Amino acid sequence: MSEATSTHPGVRLQARALGKRYGQREVLRQLQLSIEPGQFVAIVGRSGCGKSTLLRLVAGLESASEGQLLADGQPIDGLRDEARIMFQEARLLPWRRVLDNVTLGLPRESRARGAQVLAQVGLAEREGEWPARLSGGQRQRVALARALVHEPRLLLLDEPLGALDALTRIEMHRLIESLWQRHRFTALLVTHDVQEAVALADRVILIEDGRIALDEAITLARPRSQGDPAFAALEKRILDRVLQKPDAAPAAGAPWLEPAAHALRWAI
Amino acid sequence: MSSERITTLPVPAAAAPSLAGLRQLARAVARRLVPWLVPLALVVAWQVASSAGWLSARVLPAPLDVLRSAWELTLSGELWEHLKISAGRALLGLAIGGGAGLLLGLLTGSVRFLETLLDSTVQMVRNVPALALIPLVILWFGIEETAKIFLISVSVFFPIYLNTFHGIRNVDPQLVEMGRSYGLTRWQLYREVILPGAMSSILVGLRFSLGLMWVILIVAETISAQSGIGYLTMNAREFLRTDVVLVGILLYALLGKLADVFARALERGWLRWHPGYQEKGA
Repeated sequence: MSEATSTHPGVRLQARALGKRYGQREVLRQLQLSIEPGQFVAIVGRSGCGKSTLLRLVAGLESASEGQLLADGQPIDGLRDEARIMFQEARLLPWRRVLDNVTLGLPRESRARGAQVLAQVGLAEREGEWPARLSGGQRQRVALARALVHEPRLLLLDEPLGALDALTRIEMHRLIESLWQRHRFTALLVTHDVQEAVALADRVILIEDGRIALDEAITLARPRSQGDPAFAALEKRILDRVLQKPDAAPAAGAPWLEPAAHALRWAI
Repeated sequence: MSSERITTLPVPAAAAPSLAGLRQLARAVARRLVPWLVPLALVVAWQVASSAGWLSARVLPAPLDVLRSAWELTLSGELWEHLKISAGRALLGLAIGGGAGLLLGLLTGSVRFLETLLDSTVQMVRNVPALALIPLVILWFGIEETAKIFLISVSVFFPIYLNTFHGIRNVDPQLVEMGRSYGLTRWQLYREVILPGAMSSILVGLRFSLGLMWVILIVAETISAQSGIGYLTMNAREFLRTDVVLVGILLYALLGKLADVFARALERGWLRWHPGYQEKGA
């Protein structure tokens, strides 16, 4: 698999004056974005800021109202084999056993590869289990394996860890990071958790009112430790920026927010 | 992660059969037997009442007489013949009506246009009880096989249609979206996601239909027949052979039970993944 991935670099993504509206409501407007192959980009923002919409546009699940979205220079006009999405819910087929879920839609010959990828996410011995018997974290790991077995050049993560407990989430961060380093796909992670974004991404993008409000490169060495002061400072800076917008006056300087700001995992 | 199981201490089950163990065994056996006590007592009381002459054989024959005539009918081959014919009618009606219901339900469930075109018509016709059609059916088909099979088909059609339609409509749209985004073809999507998702609902429809199927069969065979269990019992009534009538009734009960066991087996097989249908204590 490693030789396949070396000839398989990630997708280059470009958005040019991208806009999306549902009826009268404008979700994304005039969005400009360029993502290098193999980059890990996290998109943060408040609920309803349009971050999930952007992901669905890139996935080809929906189409843009204005502007252009390009993958390797080609306009995105529907679902593509090179892109795989991991949803907020695991979305496993409850009537298929774990390995059959991983190799969904693939020919029988790919079962061996499916088992290999299951081993990479640490679930080799659960391949014959029904999904109902797995914990939430295990289900998301199966969903990750299902995405990776297609050797995607673009992995889209739509808040896939939102429903997991804190410890499981940290485990998943390490797993996703190591698999990304191994397969070198382009990764686009939508999250409401700034700490998660800083832990995983090369670049954190904040979307506000359908536009990019902040584009911060994260140059911390991997693997990153949340105890690291540089990590904490960066997380605080981005979080402050996120919180600043709607009630611009008090939020940034609010004394009651100061001590807890970097520990605060805000979820809306 | 929560994959670790809590390790329980091995219970010394094989240790010498203690008194407590024996008592437990006795209690388990008793639990199995107790539900049968009342039916058994009733049958015994019935036999005693018949033998003592308190109960006329014209009203209710003795259980032993029923058993004897069942045995005689089995030996002469009559029982098997009529059983085969009745079951054949029921299954043919189920295949035609159920098949049509399944097909139409799949179509209206999956294609929006067909729903608008057909569903309200089906919903209207559904409110006509199949048995109300009997006079018309006799006019159309006479009192031959076709009439019986038509009645059964009509009555099993609706439960299967409704539940199939409903099942397809209630398939989790998130799973469908996942399937599409993972590159499943239309046919794969149908086979992997939509049909299994609707299966528990379809099987509910099947069980409803199986119940209805026997009721309609009994009515149809009682009206007129030259063969089948209904004929057996109606013919026996003419000769006041209440024992044979009772054999017929028990045969209907047996067939109904078999159909139910069959439907449960299907559920256990096809819904194995469903926590609600898994074997206990696995």
